[in-house]
Amino acid sequence: MSNHVHESGYDDETHSDMGHVASKRVLLGTWGTLMVLTIVTVTASKIDFGAAELNLLIAMVIAVIKATLVCLFFMHLKYDKLFHSVVFVSAILLATLFVTFALMDSNQYQHDVYWQQRDFQPTTEVDKSYPALQPY
Amino acid sequence: MATAATTTHSGSPGDPPEPSYLTVKRGFRNWIVTLDHKRIGVMYLIGITTSFLLGGVFALLVRTELFLPGSQLVNEQQYNQLFTLHGAVMVFLVIIPGLPAALGNFSLPIVLGAPDVAFPRLNLFSFYLWCTGAALLLLSLIINAADTGWTFYTPYSTTTGTAVVPAVGGAFVLGFSSIFTGLNFIVTIHKFKPKGMGWFQMPLNLWGIYSTALLQVLATPVLGITLLLLLVERIGRIGIFDPALGGDPVLFQHFFWFYSHPAVYIMILPAMAVMSDLITTFSHKHIFGYRFIAYSSIGLASLSFLVWGHHMFVSGQSRLAGMVFSALTFTVAIPSAIKVFNWVATLYKADIRLQTPMLYALAFILLFTIGGLTGVFLGALNVDVHLHDSYFVVAHFHYVMMGSALIAFLGALHYWWPKMFGRMFNERVGQVCAILIFIGFNTTFLPQFVLGSRGMARRYFDYDPEFTSFHQVSTVGAFLMGITLVVSFGNLVYSLFRGKRAPRNPWGGSTMEWQAPSPPPLYNFYAHEQPVLYPIYDYSDLYWDETEGGYVRRPGAKPEAEGYEP
Amino acid sequence: MSASEHGHGHGDQAGGHGHGEPQSRFIQHHFDDGAHQFESGKLGIWLFLGQEVLFFSALFVAYIIYRHNHPEIFQYAHKYLDVKMGAINTGVLILSSLSAAWAVRAAQLNQQRLLVWCIVVTLLCALGFLGIKYVEYSAKVHHHTLFGKRFAPTEAPDGTEIEQPDATPGKTEGGAPAPKEPLNTVGGVKAQPVPGAAGPPPGSAPVVPGDPAASKEEPASAVSGVGVLPAIEAQKTAGAAIDTHASARPPPNTGMFFTIYFAMTGLHGIHVLGGVIVFIWLLIRSMKGHFGPKYYGPIDFAALYWHLVDLIWIFLFPLLYLIA
Repeated sequence: MSNHVHESGYDDETHSDMGHVASKRVLLGTWGTLMVLTIVTVTASKIDFGAAELNLLIAMVIAVIKATLVCLFFMHLKYDKLFHSVVFVSAILLATLFVTFALMDSNQYQHDVYWQQRDFQPTTEVDKSYPALQPY
Repeated sequence: MATAATTTHSGSPGDPPEPSYLTVKRGFRNWIVTLDHKRIGVMYLIGITTSFLLGGVFALLVRTELFLPGSQLVNEQQYNQLFTLHGAVMVFLVIIPGLPAALGNFSLPIVLGAPDVAFPRLNLFSFYLWCTGAALLLLSLIINAADTGWTFYTPYSTTTGTAVVPAVGGAFVLGFSSIFTGLNFIVTIHKFKPKGMGWFQMPLNLWGIYSTALLQVLATPVLGITLLLLLVERIGRIGIFDPALGGDPVLFQHFFWFYSHPAVYIMILPAMAVMSDLITTFSHKHIFGYRFIAYSSIGLASLSFLVWGHHMFVSGQSRLAGMVFSALTFTVAIPSAIKVFNWVATLYKADIRLQTPMLYALAFILLFTIGGLTGVFLGALNVDVHLHDSYFVVAHFHYVMMGSALIAFLGALHYWWPKMFGRMFNERVGQVCAILIFIGFNTTFLPQFVLGSRGMARRYFDYDPEFTSFHQVSTVGAFLMGITLVVSFGNLVYSLFRGKRAPRNPWGGSTMEWQAPSPPPLYNFYAHEQPVLYPIYDYSDLYWDETEGGYVRRPGAKPEAEGYEP
Repeated sequence: MSASEHGHGHGDQAGGHGHGEPQSRFIQHHFDDGAHQFESGKLGIWLFLGQEVLFFSALFVAYIIYRHNHPEIFQYAHKYLDVKMGAINTGVLILSSLSAAWAVRAAQLNQQRLLVWCIVVTLLCALGFLGIKYVEYSAKVHHHTLFGKRFAPTEAPDGTEIEQPDATPGKTEGGAPAPKEPLNTVGGVKAQPVPGAAGPPPGSAPVVPGDPAASKEEPASAVSGVGVLPAIEAQKTAGAAIDTHASARPPPNTGMFFTIYFAMTGLHGIHVLGGVIVFIWLLIRSMKGHFGPKYYGPIDFAALYWHLVDLIWIFLFPLLYLIA
């Protein structure tokens, strides 16, 4: 078996036979940082940075930082076997792959989509300028 | 967990020191709440073979209907229901769980020399989920069987009046059964490997099961959410796939195929896993290219996530995506090809025994080659535009799903049958059935490639008279196959009552399960007989012993070679 | 040395088996010892969390695709959400993550009473989260801001009234009958689309299927240009936040935002509920003293699950509530 009785550099109260014991300092510190970052993200959303995309980016960066803190300290990934992180990160990477391809595809065919469908009546004449009918 | 069995039989010499897992604690109630992986595997086996026969009946009804143009037995709506149920039952109830849940459950711990899987209660729960999913699919059949095709494409699946909800619900539940089985296997392989068995001393069977389990855990949840969204869309009209409300039906296809492509690798990877064991055992020879096969299992699992769009070339997917997916699809053929080369190389100059499991294994090699190559044809974007939704596709996937995965399942079933039940089936009948299944299979599906390339569309209830003769050949083959399959199952069942008692190692296998008694006791090995780990795929010390009636290791055989130290 | 595997074998149950330690009865027979069981369970729960990530992934895919292609919907509709409630929920969940992590620590250090209190705090936070969500959901039901076809608000996010299709002026919020057609269709009137026709709602252009000019000018995300207010269109290209003017009606298919909102928060809420059930079970067990330094797997694994629930909310909150 692996990790245990693991020098962490923090003043743990004891070592457990199995698994790392999180110190009070780490737990409270992580919690405090998370709360602060929550306030930051709410405040940042009210500020206009110019482009809507920039607000989204900032919000996502803060969310990723929060998520990393939760994973590393609350979920003990920093002190655990590497394989657990591999499993988790692989799942996230796969999800990212999924998003990327699906977004690329839907982006490409958006101009073919009629956004307001309900009263759509097709014209009787073929519209030669329709994108899908252009020679390539 | 049950305590170690204490009762013995009458005490006469030759009786096993412990009762086997089959006879200890008898009674239906003891089986239905068992935590023993072997019993769970047997229960899965019963469920899966029953589902297979049900799906087979649907298939024969479809083929009978297609014997002539026009309506023979059923009308259009009923025909749609028939192929939907055939597909859903075969995919979700038989092939996906088949090898892992029924045979993998039985063999995995014994191959590792472990007493059970990592989470026996989760294992039982997975089985209950399988039963629930099966019940829901049956419910759909009883109420008004779904007619959407097993792929449940929107918008038809959200608007048709048939009982789609139980069918989709059943598939959802079955997805979780698969996830938990995969989870169990991954942890078992990581945490229950014996000392001296490193990753590259594992039987290749386990590499395949491990890769399958990775796919089961990572891909199946996407099916879960897809089906859940479909259910909510159908019941609540939330609009996510409904263009009238701004939704996107192509998105459904992306969601669906993101799982369902890895799903087909969930079907084939355990089959390939078993193949390595079968080929080596019946060639009495070390596998050629162990590491290549191991790496290609993981490689296949990884690449399988990158190619799902090749099911959507003509569905409204963009041309760019089509090109990307087509290119990636060509790469996914490579690991499969590596395996086929390695198996064939193993056969070269080997001491081949053409016993029943080996006949299935050889059939696999040929049928998988055809199936895999035709998959590459379909992966070419321009060719697929012509062949999509034609009988060419139908033939392709039957070659890989039935001709490969199911054939491997039959081979594995015959291989492990003596271990599971302690009885030898009739070898001659088994061999004849294997050959007839091979002939019947090709008779059924080879004409379908021609049908497809000439324009016969799939899922069509009626067709032009020019296709009639091909359909008729196909139907005849289907019936030949069906009858032979029933006979081969009957052969196995008959052996339970009248078969010769099996020795520990009837085939000369080198992996650890062949050291266990046939059938094994509750904790897989007797207390006084812990299994010994020998170098992987080393047949040099195995020889046939007349008194035992099976293979044994030469006394004094070296247990571990150098380099196996942990 | 016979290569026996971790001492497997049913005859000899090595270690930790009914020899005076109260927790050891929870070590299952097929494991070597408590550490083996714990390690296996840990790997198992991480695999489960991995699959949970993928379970939610499709919803994130849907979110990203719809927001990328139709940002106007999100920029209009997110204002119906109450940021304060969302922020409180975020704080509540973060606190519950702390208490869950502390519960693990308490079990590891044999602090039985602290363990029970930590689980209680986690449970209260979880129930509080569900309570707030209930309040939010009922508000949406009340305002008819629901998914898909059921998106039929009578008020814009800033409180101004939205003209109903049959245009009875002065409608109050409470008594509005839900119109049969959602407001985001072309005036709810099934008319032949004629370019520039004087349809009922001034300022919104009807569908012109054969009109490539409108759709070609803007990039991929702008088929919505057909039928969207010119004001929104102009400001979108400027990149600034949308100014939903008093007379603005929802862009077409705004119900899609709520479809995604309810799907994501609903699935998340189901997971919170699952966590509540698990923690109630753990509370009962910890009150009976089942857990301690030699056996605390269930606490650890449940806490990991709970942290994942928190993680998902950490992303849902800015994506749904904090759209600029």
